[in-house]
Amino acid sequence: MSFDFSLIIDSLPKMLGGIGITLQLLVVSAVLGLILAIILLLMRLSGKWWLDWPAQVYIYVFRGTPILVQIFIVYYGFPQFEFIRDSIFWPILREPTGCAIVALSLNTGAYVSEILRGGVKGVNKGLLEAGSALGMSTHQKFIYITAPIATRLALPAYSNDVISLLKSTALASTITIADMTGIARTIVAETYAPYEIFISMAIIYMVFTWIIQKTFGRIERYLGRYAEREA
Amino acid sequence: MNDTAPLIQLHNVDKFFGDFQALKNIDLEVRKGERIVVCGPSGSGKSTMIRCINRLEEHTDGRIIIDGTELTDKIKDIDAVRREVGMVFQSFNLFPHMTIVKNLMIAQQLVRKTPKTEAREVAMRYLERVKIPEQAGKYPIQLSGGQQQRVAIARALCMQPEIMLFDEPTSALDPEMINEVLDVMIDLAKDGMTMIVVTHEMGFARSVADRIIFMDEGEIVEEAEPQTFFDSPVHERTKLFLSQILNH
Repeated sequence: MSFDFSLIIDSLPKMLGGIGITLQLLVVSAVLGLILAIILLLMRLSGKWWLDWPAQVYIYVFRGTPILVQIFIVYYGFPQFEFIRDSIFWPILREPTGCAIVALSLNTGAYVSEILRGGVKGVNKGLLEAGSALGMSTHQKFIYITAPIATRLALPAYSNDVISLLKSTALASTITIADMTGIARTIVAETYAPYEIFISMAIIYMVFTWIIQKTFGRIERYLGRYAEREA
Repeated sequence: MNDTAPLIQLHNVDKFFGDFQALKNIDLEVRKGERIVVCGPSGSGKSTMIRCINRLEEHTDGRIIIDGTELTDKIKDIDAVRREVGMVFQSFNLFPHMTIVKNLMIAQQLVRKTPKTEAREVAMRYLERVKIPEQAGKYPIQLSGGQQQRVAIARALCMQPEIMLFDEPTSALDPEMINEVLDVMIDLAKDGMTMIVVTHEMGFARSVADRIIFMDEGEIVEEAEPQTFFDSPVHERTKLFLSQILNH
């Protein structure tokens, strides 16, 4: 088999043209997903069954079904409903990019809330007792003790989820979005050169993964500075 | 408030964990300035008893009254009691993500609403009192166990408590660090602090305690002044316990 490097050189700029969309999908979904995750987490920690239960069901459904199916349901399924077409969300759900962001956010939110819950569970109970003994309220303990420590504990798993979300954005190409993968698929359809195109595309994703990994590594070291013996 | 009333009163206190009865009919009165040492075998309910005093555990039955405030489900009463009661734990429980001085400031700022500069001054004053002001900027993990426990004592003192509870404060320490912590506690006792100390340090008990309480299986078995407690204990269980911890 011959490997056409000039084809890679030619098509790289075109694929890089999709970076903007890929990053938009990643960043917006990650932020919305994180907000959703925090809401779900607070529901689960509330101790009230009527908040805990819906959150558990939500998490179960979104972790229990394939992300591709979720994207299809949002993109093909939602417009079938009149009330959705009439709602304020229609301008978002009318656009494929909007649908992809909604589906990715809903999905990652379910995973991230469980990651955060793991962090919360990892906080030493003795510290909360010390907070109580000092007269701190439940809210104060959560904000000043639980949250900062849980964040540090959850970070390695969270960075894993962000990397996984980056790869999930590629699925947006299945609903006509011209992200990096979407553009690559178009080029492959025109050139019949799947190896060159898909391998170079894979390398671009790996570069992004490396950047995400390094960024989280820095944040981890910063948040974990108190856990090192040497100042 | 009645000046002659005991600062701490426990009347017929029971505590159950499921079916297990951790405290049986505990009666205890502690007057202002008294130093009480609580000892007994592990699982005897010593820690549970003092943890009920600041509501880290909820007693099942009976009454607990701290400086005129009875402990009930009311958050207001619990807060009022916790403002008067400081606690030191076996495992220090310093906030690992805060510097030493911040550990001492945080509750002052949040609970007492002390302004930051004043909270810092108070924190430094107590760090000097426990003789480690130079560690103020470090994180807990950078300190030795003895130093961490002294910080924990200072942190509790910053809240100006009337009463200090110590839950086996030296049990997690290497032997060479025990004295530096006991010295701080002796110093505190000299200043007239009301203290309840759960400990196996019998030297400390003999020299500092006004009364020693021996607990076994959730009950107060014996209560006596140190001299009487060590030289002529009445109950067999006390004699057995003392023989086990004093004769090496």
